[in-house]
Amino acid sequence: MARKLLLEHINVPGINTFDVYRQKGGYRAVEKALKTLTPDEVVEEVKKSGLRGRGGAGFPTGMKWSFLAKPEGVARYLVCNADESEPGTFKDRYLMTHIPHALIEGMIVSSFALGANTSYIYVRGEMMPQIRILEKAIAEAKNAGFLGKNILGTGYDLELYVQPGGGAYICGEETALLESLEGKRGNPRIKPPFPAIAGLYGCPTVVNNVESIAATVPIINDGGDEYAKIGIGRSTGTKLISASGNLVRPGVYEIDLGLPVEEFIYSDEYCGGIANGKRLKATVAGGSSVPILPANLTLKLANGEPRLMSYESLSDGGFATGSMMGSGGFIAFDEDQCIVRNTWNFSRFYHHESCGQCSPCREGTGWMEKVLHRIEYGHGKMSDIDLLVDVSKKIEGNTICPLGDAAAWPVASAIRHFRDEFEWHVKEPIKCLDTNYGLANYAQPIAKAEVTTGN
Amino acid sequence: MSDKVKVTIDGITVEVAPGTTILNAARQIGGDIVPPAMCYYSKLEGSGGKCRTCIVKVSKGSEKDPRPMPKLVASCRTTVMDGMEVQNITSPEVIEARSGVVEMLLINHPLDCPVCDQAGECDLQNLGYEHGLQKTRYEFERRTFERIDIGDKIQLHMNRCILCYRCVFTADQITNKRVHGILNRGDHSEISTYIQTAVDNDFSGNVIDVCPVGALTDKTFRFKNRVWFTKPIDAHRDCPTCSGKVTLWYKGEDVLRVTARKDIYGEVEEFICNTCRFDKKKTADWVIEHPTHISDTSVIASNHYETLKPLPVIQNNPQLQQANKVELEKTTKF
Repeated sequence: MARKLLLEHINVPGINTFDVYRQKGGYRAVEKALKTLTPDEVVEEVKKSGLRGRGGAGFPTGMKWSFLAKPEGVARYLVCNADESEPGTFKDRYLMTHIPHALIEGMIVSSFALGANTSYIYVRGEMMPQIRILEKAIAEAKNAGFLGKNILGTGYDLELYVQPGGGAYICGEETALLESLEGKRGNPRIKPPFPAIAGLYGCPTVVNNVESIAATVPIINDGGDEYAKIGIGRSTGTKLISASGNLVRPGVYEIDLGLPVEEFIYSDEYCGGIANGKRLKATVAGGSSVPILPANLTLKLANGEPRLMSYESLSDGGFATGSMMGSGGFIAFDEDQCIVRNTWNFSRFYHHESCGQCSPCREGTGWMEKVLHRIEYGHGKMSDIDLLVDVSKKIEGNTICPLGDAAAWPVASAIRHFRDEFEWHVKEPIKCLDTNYGLANYAQPIAKAEVTTGN
Repeated sequence: MSDKVKVTIDGITVEVAPGTTILNAARQIGGDIVPPAMCYYSKLEGSGGKCRTCIVKVSKGSEKDPRPMPKLVASCRTTVMDGMEVQNITSPEVIEARSGVVEMLLINHPLDCPVCDQAGECDLQNLGYEHGLQKTRYEFERRTFERIDIGDKIQLHMNRCILCYRCVFTADQITNKRVHGILNRGDHSEISTYIQTAVDNDFSGNVIDVCPVGALTDKTFRFKNRVWFTKPIDAHRDCPTCSGKVTLWYKGEDVLRVTARKDIYGEVEEFICNTCRFDKKKTADWVIEHPTHISDTSVIASNHYETLKPLPVIQNNPQLQQANKVELEKTTKF
């Protein structure tokens, strides 16, 4: 059993309260950082740990921190991005619900490292219970002297605020988040300037994911080198994976990066295999934005080596035979699932969530959604499939923020790997309405197909 | 260190001040290599970057860091670096991406040019003419909106809008009370005013001039005439609120409409006030200067004759003059 860093005490009753959390060794990192380390040393530890951003892009967190401009007399801000809205990702909500103090502790350490005296946690508007939990946790921490003026007598001041968002997916993009936090319409800004130079209210700002911030706690407790020992290659540490879909035990798992995908899906310690004894058809490895992969490419790389849960291995083979780590929203599809319907569903989401600022994404997401809707409901044409590929190419890379890419990739990859299914939908316009491709062709309707591999 | 940076756009090198955007550097060269811009407006701070028609390829980042930029960049918001090399019309990738953007802009546009007042001076029409497809590939219903009156002089026809945000920036920056903005998101976004409040400001009429399409039109001119039947004449008057430098659009003896003077990129030179724009429609109100210079590629220029002049970059460069000798001789024949 791998060592848990973030979810170690998840099963302790009352871990969401300050007292229990403190008893279990919580807030040690704050004491250590504020009393024995300088801010630069904290940044150095995080750099040494090799921690990579857990929000999706996988940019090294320590590096991001060291890019922060430090002009004299200008405030700096740390903003925690808790606007978790990616379909298939729910790890941050889980963490905030059950161990809110891990995030608060991480916020204190990270704000100290960056020299921020005011920090914000931008929580998605739909997560009202989590907002209450965080506010309660902040009040508890403040009572205990871990927040506010002169924390632990070290002279460091920090105010922490929770800001509910309006529930827009686009506000998870860091510059849109900052716009929204400033009270404006959540449109992504045009970069450069990057938030590290001019972010919130024009001041240097760092925006980090909930999990990245929480991960600084074990890094400070054990040291960056110790953290870097976990994991494989440049993917260090542990990662929360939100497993969902047709799995025996979906849920949030903390894994060591470098775990084979096969083990993650089939071992009893994790997801326990595919539900109802079905076979795996496809996976979306990192939340809805990343390319979908068929089962064979999920478990093995193109060259036959086993695929691992790490930033490098999941993206091995580029977009032709690979995917991305993304935010760790692992969705498994069994052979009964319809890829066309799923692609349409994702595309509907991106159509709904596009901010409407730049043209390719605003118009293109709607177009793709309409074409996919037509195919799914049996009104498609063969030329529609190539049209979709073409439209997705015209969106990809031509937009202000990554939402355009995120909308284009699932469509392009679904057609790349499951073109036969799209063609079947066009050829069988009536049958596709009540049966899906898998059941019509190879899958057994009753659950008796054997599990391909199991260990 | 010299205070000018060198940038090469499609093989033509120009020296510009640091901090200039690629688009403005290209405009200093002039001619075909200037990327089209639908949302960028040099007079409006913060505009640009949204329509993506001005995307270019940066094949060499700078002298210090010669790596190319990974993606196509919006030239209106990317500043030049010393030694930067940019490809615009010489890159097939850019041309393809741009035609993709134009297609996207047009899929929800009603293409009602025959009944649109902007036809003939519409940036989207020009862009579609250059980069658009013969036929649309979009087979669904286009989004539609009701027409809205913003005050008694301006009409908003949201169907035609391409959401360039120029009018939002105008309302924000040259008027003091902002009631004009974007509602909703994605392709349901619409320009609107705060709970249908009329924009009531001396300079509100300028949103008509900045609109690249026919979404915001002058109600005093709507359906009066096609622009190519009118004759633009530059004129001025002593105006207490604005510069009073305008273009009058004549049909016979009558002034049909008054607009601000626009430069070759369709941008107004100076914003004018509503009194000049809507109320002063008599020749007696104005001091006539001369006929407005209209680009000979515009339909408005039919029946107006002008000598073609070589581009500024060619005028003072003997090497380029030599290279374009045949072209130049052709123009002097006219």
